[in-house]
Amino acid sequence: MPMQTLTQRLANPTRFMALSAQLLPWLWGAAAAIIAIGLYMGFASPPDYQQGHSAKIMYVHVPAAWLSMAVYALVAASSFGFLVFRHPLADVSAKAAAPIGALFTLLCLVTGSLWGKPMWGAYWAWDPRLTSVLILFFLYLGLIALRTSIEDESLAANLTAILAIVGIVLLPVIRYSVNWNSIHQPPSVSRLGAPTVHPDLLWPLLTMAVGMTVLFAAMHMKAMRNEILRRRVKALRLAEVQLAGGYARQPAE
Amino acid sequence: MRLIGDKLSSVRGGRVLFAELSFAVAAGEALVVTGPNGSGKTSLLRTIGGLLPPAAGEVRIEDTAGDAPVREQCHYFGHRNAVKSALTVLENAAFWAGYLGGGRDRAERALDAFGLSGLRDIPAGYLSAGQQRRLGLTRLLLGERPVWLLDEPTASLDDAAQAALMTAVNGHLQRGGIAVAATHVPLSLQNTRTLSLQRASASAA
Amino acid sequence: MMAFRQLLARDLALAWKEGGAVGITLGFFLVVVTMLPLSLGPDLNLLSRIAAGVLWVALLLAALLSLGRLFEGDLEDGTLDVLAMGPLSLEGVVAAKGFAHWLSTGLPLTVMAPLLGLLLNLPGEGYLILIATMLAGTPAVSFLGAVGAALTLRARRGGLLLALLMLPLFVPTLVFGIASVNAVTIEAGSALPPFLILVAISLAAIVLAPLAAAAALRFQVR
Repeated sequence: MPMQTLTQRLANPTRFMALSAQLLPWLWGAAAAIIAIGLYMGFASPPDYQQGHSAKIMYVHVPAAWLSMAVYALVAASSFGFLVFRHPLADVSAKAAAPIGALFTLLCLVTGSLWGKPMWGAYWAWDPRLTSVLILFFLYLGLIALRTSIEDESLAANLTAILAIVGIVLLPVIRYSVNWNSIHQPPSVSRLGAPTVHPDLLWPLLTMAVGMTVLFAAMHMKAMRNEILRRRVKALRLAEVQLAGGYARQPAE
Repeated sequence: MRLIGDKLSSVRGGRVLFAELSFAVAAGEALVVTGPNGSGKTSLLRTIGGLLPPAAGEVRIEDTAGDAPVREQCHYFGHRNAVKSALTVLENAAFWAGYLGGGRDRAERALDAFGLSGLRDIPAGYLSAGQQRRLGLTRLLLGERPVWLLDEPTASLDDAAQAALMTAVNGHLQRGGIAVAATHVPLSLQNTRTLSLQRASASAA
Repeated sequence: MMAFRQLLARDLALAWKEGGAVGITLGFFLVVVTMLPLSLGPDLNLLSRIAAGVLWVALLLAALLSLGRLFEGDLEDGTLDVLAMGPLSLEGVVAAKGFAHWLSTGLPLTVMAPLLGLLLNLPGEGYLILIATMLAGTPAVSFLGAVGAALTLRARRGGLLLALLMLPLFVPTLVFGIASVNAVTIEAGSALPPFLILVAISLAAIVLAPLAAAAALRFQVR
């Protein structure tokens, strides 16, 4: 079972550092290449018969939307792994993924509202999907804010993990309620229907989705490396203070 | 009945407080925990009481009736008194008596034992620091629990209150109870053993 | 059960004695509801259309004020340590305190809401359903809020953080609470579907929120 051994090798922080150092350049390169190809395919694809060229923002918007949800699922899964198996790397993964997920969520919101302007005549029309993404963005902000507001790092890690799991339990309910809200309000604007994707548009879209997912993987790995290094520096400082005979306290960060 | 600590280790904020610590306390015995500041006395008591999970090892109570978890067999009296200043002295005692399964008469007797009967209808917020500490101590007598965990119990108590506390703890020991006390000052307890914690110098990265 | 009742009674006594927490909550509710007509102008048609939404949003904001204090006093004076050692499980402790919060905050807000409905020209047929949705929805507010209160207990600027964490989580309660009232006052349809969903959300919160809050409190007392 090669998959399992890879996971096991990655689960050891020292091995993770060694392996990720080798993988990272390839990931960055692959992300750049796939996104470049995807963008070219997107620009070369025929314009949408209704929306013209403005529909091409879809090639950034849709992958960002998909990543905003997938990354939240990763944060929740990492949090679950941390709470149940107490593996420190799971917490590093959750902590590193949250700000990047928030970034993709913001990208989705910005591109969505830019796309909305020609579509709806307004940057923001309380479209149920975009509204769900906005609430997802608040959940990300909550995760980041909770972690940075608690001085004790292990307490912060545990509480943030609980919040991530509470969030993923509530997300479907939130999604459902936002849909309900838009259906049962008198509609004042015509909403964006499910985009009927022509095969000519599908391939560039899929390529972009793969490219941005690889980009996320590279960013996540880099952020995890940074976090591990930060923790090592902190441990060294604590050890140094103790060696000097001092009484090391948990520093406020 | 015996309280056993089996190879306990505690790590806080990347620092090892104690490692592989073992002890056994028999019924009627008091374990006095000494050591400098930061040596982990409070963490040890909170570990025994089940508030702080040990990094390694376990705490158990052997040869006891019932199978309640260790934390439900311990009274923990820490630096804070668990006293509500908006409630009167009697209301405070009656709440803990009811919560821990005792009756109102028990609250009255506990207030008597710590010399607070005269203040029973005064809101606890009016009490001095020492009086509030005494009110906190009444909790030890409000519910029947075999192990008492006392963290610096004599802090801000005058001589009379310290004597009342020692009477209460010695009575508890005579009834076959166990006490674990972290302290800087000598306590006049019967049948004590001492556990001395050093400040660990190793760091857990 | 004895311990549950004792804790519930103590929290209610504290809510009553610790200086007008209920009064401040109700006052805040009144102020928020008053600010809206002042900012929108006295357009009675507009006000009656948005009355349910305004009342629900104001209720959530008012409830948030007191939620921040739910476990704070017990952490500061060491009571939480003792509560964590039984005989009641921490889940039971959260349930007792959540129930006390509902009785001392959710219920008074619900009683006051119809009076504020008058200020907003809420249509006559909306009062009964307004009271019903608030009775059904405020337990979700107290119990979900208990999770947020347990998470932000030792955070800096805990109150602000609590608002940031909780408002997105309150969205379903808000939507179905308002939808039930609007179904009667605006759409002249059946309020039953959204109302039943609201009840389901409250019941789920009462069952699940104590698990999450107790898990958080176990880390807080370490």
